[in-house]
Order: sequence, then structure tokens, then C-alpha cells
Amino acid sequence: MIDRNDPYFWADLLDTILKGTGETFYTVGLSLLFTVIFGLATGVLLVATEAGGLLSKLFGSRALGFFVNRVLDVVVNIGRSVPFIILMILLIPFTRLLTGSFIGPTAAIVPLTIAGIPFFARLVEIGIREVPVGLVEAAQSLGATRWTILTKVMVAEAVPALALGLSTTVVGLIGYSAMVGAVGGGGLGDVAFRYGYQRYSPEYMFGVVILLVLLVQVFQSLGNFAARRLSHR
Amino acid sequence: MIPATTGSTMISVSRVSKTYGSGAAAVRALDDVSLSVSRGEIFGVVGQSGAGKSTLIRTINSLERPDSGSVLVDGREMTTLSGAELRAARHNIGMIFQHFNLLSSRTVQANVELSLEITGAGRPARRARALEILELVGLHGKAQAYPAQLSGGQKQRVGIARALASSPSVLLSDEATSALDPETTRQILDLIRELSKDLGLTVLLITHEMDVVKRICDSAAVMSGGRILEQGPVDQLLTTEKSLLGQALFPLGEIPETSSAVVEITFNGVTTDRPVIAQLARKHGIDVGILGAAVETIHGRQTGRTRLELPGDELTVAGAVEDLRSQGLFVEVIK
Ligand SMILES: Nc1ncnc2c1ncn2[C@@H]1O[C@H](COP(=O)(O)OP(=O)(O)OP(=O)(O)O)[C@@H](O)[C@H]1O
Ligand SMILES: [Mg+2]
Repeated sequence: MIDRNDPYFWADLLDTILKGTGETFYTVGLSLLFTVIFGLATGVLLVATEAGGLLSKLFGSRALGFFVNRVLDVVVNIGRSVPFIILMILLIPFTRLLTGSFIGPTAAIVPLTIAGIPFFARLVEIGIREVPVGLVEAAQSLGATRWTILTKVMVAEAVPALALGLSTTVVGLIGYSAMVGAVGGGGLGDVAFRYGYQRYSPEYMFGVVILLVLLVQVFQSLGNFAARRLSHR
Repeated sequence: MIPATTGSTMISVSRVSKTYGSGAAAVRALDDVSLSVSRGEIFGVVGQSGAGKSTLIRTINSLERPDSGSVLVDGREMTTLSGAELRAARHNIGMIFQHFNLLSSRTVQANVELSLEITGAGRPARRARALEILELVGLHGKAQAYPAQLSGGQKQRVGIARALASSPSVLLSDEATSALDPETTRQILDLIRELSKDLGLTVLLITHEMDVVKRICDSAAVMSGGRILEQGPVDQLLTTEKSLLGQALFPLGEIPETSSAVVEITFNGVTTDRPVIAQLARKHGIDVGILGAAVETIHGRQTGRTRLELPGDELTVAGAVEDLRSQGLFVEVIK
């Protein structure tokens, strides 16, 4: 139990929550970076390797394109269907292999990224599917390479949708990071668990909740704003 | 490179077939199609929905691979090209679309520049060329607008500018005016005609609107069920007996019940300030009846058909027909 009458109570609270916020930013920030890189690639590949898609023939092989498409689809589905808490436990050996530990803010990056990639990949897929096929055809008629079409047409035209997907992913990752925090991943979840729950402090609990709500609001609004600014439809 | 002599063939499609699907669901979209487009001309392919027009035009730049046959563009066989060679060949073939297919995320200028990014032009060259071609299509001052801020006609002008930015010698048009109102359609068609003449561009367009053929085509083909039923210069087709194109361009409707002789006259660029019908009545003493007429003035030339009823004995009618023919008019005796 924390002594509320301690003269340093509020200063400590602020300190702890700020430190937790810092850790959350670190964990979520790096997870987001990897999520965007791999999720974008996965999402684009999911659409492009479909039958009749731009990469339905990979390295000249229709079979390879089909294979890549099926594998990605199944892997993404598995990633999306395993509950995060279980994924986290399943990944412990892998996390330890990569980061040398399975607790702490750095270790938390691994399960967050693994959960984030399929989540973002599906949002990317949806965004890119909305790009009219006519645009791809127009670029083909101009003699564009497949790379040019992927980057300058499919991804470029999907940017507003990607911005929305990105903010949704950030919000999801913040939520997951709180879960990792509760089992030793640091950050705001850790603060809420150790101070708010184990030491029965409603102030800490509410402090964390208010901050999380604020963060989610801010990122969602940023995403909406960016999507609106970027869209010229 | 083959030297650009007018009259020589720019696009030559021979014996091209294409079937979609297999078994019972198979659709023969192109059935042994052959077609020849001369350098510098505007060639229109007309036909109803599902006739295979889009499939045909897409084989020209190899967006669609035919099952068999050959497609020569500017002396190059398109059906066997791939990779860098195909892309290079496509730089020489611009294409415009019914729904414009502009990138919504790019400004007008950037849409045009895409074409030049693809051909590898540097930034200053891209900018200069984009502004030049936008001026040419009448979009001066719209360079920084986004497609969503433009009217349909303006969007198609951007489409044309993008297609022509890399200075191709062929322009393909897949129903480019079908989404536009009649007045805008006329403006876009006139622009295409103008550009074709100024730049020596060969245009192959497909459409289901007969007006398009009337207005700008030098030659035309009629397509149905994956086959080409007739093709040739428009003025020749008009004066071919029982021509589908003639009937489609200037429809006269059903022939009514009558005991008199019925003839159809095709005006083809003859300026009819000569009162043909009045003269006929006066000279031969016939009470000429007009059963139908479809005449239009296109580019200052009177073109069209009229159907006349000529009461009187056989000899009088024969004399009248002879007289009309001697004036250089194309006359078909229907009954
Ligand atoms: N990708 C495809 N797969 C299967 N069938 C197709 C495909 N593309 C076209 N077809 C079929 O081939 C035939 C010719 O189609 P095409 O699009 O060339 O006609 P069109 O003359 O352009 O018609 P429209 O005026 O409606 O555009 C149609 O029966 C169509 O259903
Ligand atoms: Mg079509």
C-alpha cells in the first residue's frame, strides 16, 4: 500500500507515470517501425500475388506466386487469430533468442511486432484493394515496370487509407503494450499493474487509464487528420 | 525504325483470336480478326457491348495476349515482346480510357509527369514537357489542380496529355468519350482530331457511339461477336451497297408500305446547295416524296442519306435514277 500522505506522493506518481510513458513510447515506437516495414510488404504482396495480380507470376513462375500468396494468407490469419496473451507466451523462446531476455521494454518489442504485422498487413491489403485496377492498367500502358506500379500507383494511391491503418495499428499496439507491461514488459501497463493493482492505488490506476485514453485519442485524431489531408479524391 | 511515310501501315492485326475461359464457359472474344490502320489516320471500331472491342484494342499494346495471330505496331511484333522491350514499345503507344484512370494523389502536372518518369526523363525535362503538353490540350493553368477538382472533359484532357507526353506515334482510345456529355464529347473528339493532324498521330479508337465515327474517323470497322464484319475508309463504306456502317451511321428506319419505287441517296461530301430533289421533280415530272432523311454537316461537308419515294412508270423512274447518278450521287434502288 502506498502512503497517500507522503509529501512526495504526487511527485512520485508523476515520475513513475512519465517513466512508464517513455517506455511505452519506446516499445510501441520500435514495434511500429518493424510492423510498418514488414506489414506494408506483406499487405502489398497479399494483393499483388493474387491470381491475375501484378505479381501473380513471381520470378516467371505462376506456381511461386500462388504459393507465396497462400502462405502469406495463412500466416496472417494465424497471427490474427491467436489471442495476444497466448502469442506472447508462445514467443518467449524466440524473444529470448532475439533480445537475450523475455522481460523488459526491449523484449516486449518482439511479441508486439509479431502481432502488429498481420494486423497492419490486413489494413494495407484493404487499402490497396480500393485502388482501381484501371490505374494499374494505365501505368502498364505507359510502359511502367512492376516496381514503379507497386510504389507509384498502388502504394501511393493507398496512402490516405494507409494513414488511417497506421493510426489504428498504433492504437492496437498501445493496447497490447499495456498487456505486455502487466507481465514484465515495462511501460504504462507495468505501472498500472504494479502500483494500481498490486499496491491498491486508485490514483496510479486512473492516472494510467487517463493517459492511455489521451494517447489513443491523439493518435486516432492524427490519423484521421492525416488521411483527410492526404486524400485528394 | 521504319520511315514515316503516310499511307503505309502503322497497325496491322492479322488473324488474331482470343478465347476467355474454357469448356462450356468459353467466350471467343476475338475470332480470326484482321485489321489494318494506316499511318496518320483515325480508325474507329464500332460494335455493341461484348463485341470484343476492348479485347481487340488491348492486344495492340499487349495488355492482352492473343491466343494466336500477329499484331504489328510500327513494324514491331507485339505478341512476342516482353520485359524491357515490351515497355519500350509501349512508350510509343499512348492509351486513354473511358474512366480516365488518373492518379487521385497526384496533381495534373504530376499525372502527366508519371509518363515521363517512366521513360526516365530528368526533373527539368519532365516539368517542361508536362507544361508544354498541358498547354497543347488546353489545360493551361490547371497544372497544380487535382483530378477531383476537374470536370470530366478536363480529366480526359489530362488523360490525353499523359498518353502523349512521351511523344508516341500511336494513340489508343477505349471509349474515351463514353462518360462525357455530347458537347464535351464533341470538344474532346475535335481535340483528338487536331492533335492527330498536328502530330501525325495514328489513332485507333473503339466506341459504341456512331457519332464518334461520323465526326472524326477516316476509316472504320464494324465488329460483332468477336468478328469484323466490314472495314475500310468511311466514305467508301457509306457508298457500299447494304453497308452496315452506312445504315448504322444514318439510320432511315423501316421502309413503309408503298406501291411506288423507293430509292436511297447517299450524300457524301457533296455540297447540296444544288436543290437535287426539287430539280428531280421538275425535270422528270415526278411527285417526289421524302420517306426519311439522315443528313448532317460534318466539317463543312454534307453527309448522309435520304430515302425517296418515286411514283411513276418504270421508265420515268429509271431515267430519274440515271440522272441522279450522273450528278455523282450514290443511289440504291430499294424497290
Ligand atoms: N477478362 C475476361 N475474362 C473473361 N471474359 C472476358 C474477359 N474480358 C472480356 N471477356 C468477354 O469477352 C467478350 C468481349 O469483351 P470486350 O470487353 O472486348 O467487349 P466490348 O466490345 O469492349 O464491350 P463493351 O462495349 O461493353 O465494353 C465479352 O463476352 C466478355 O464477357
Ligand atoms: Mg469495352
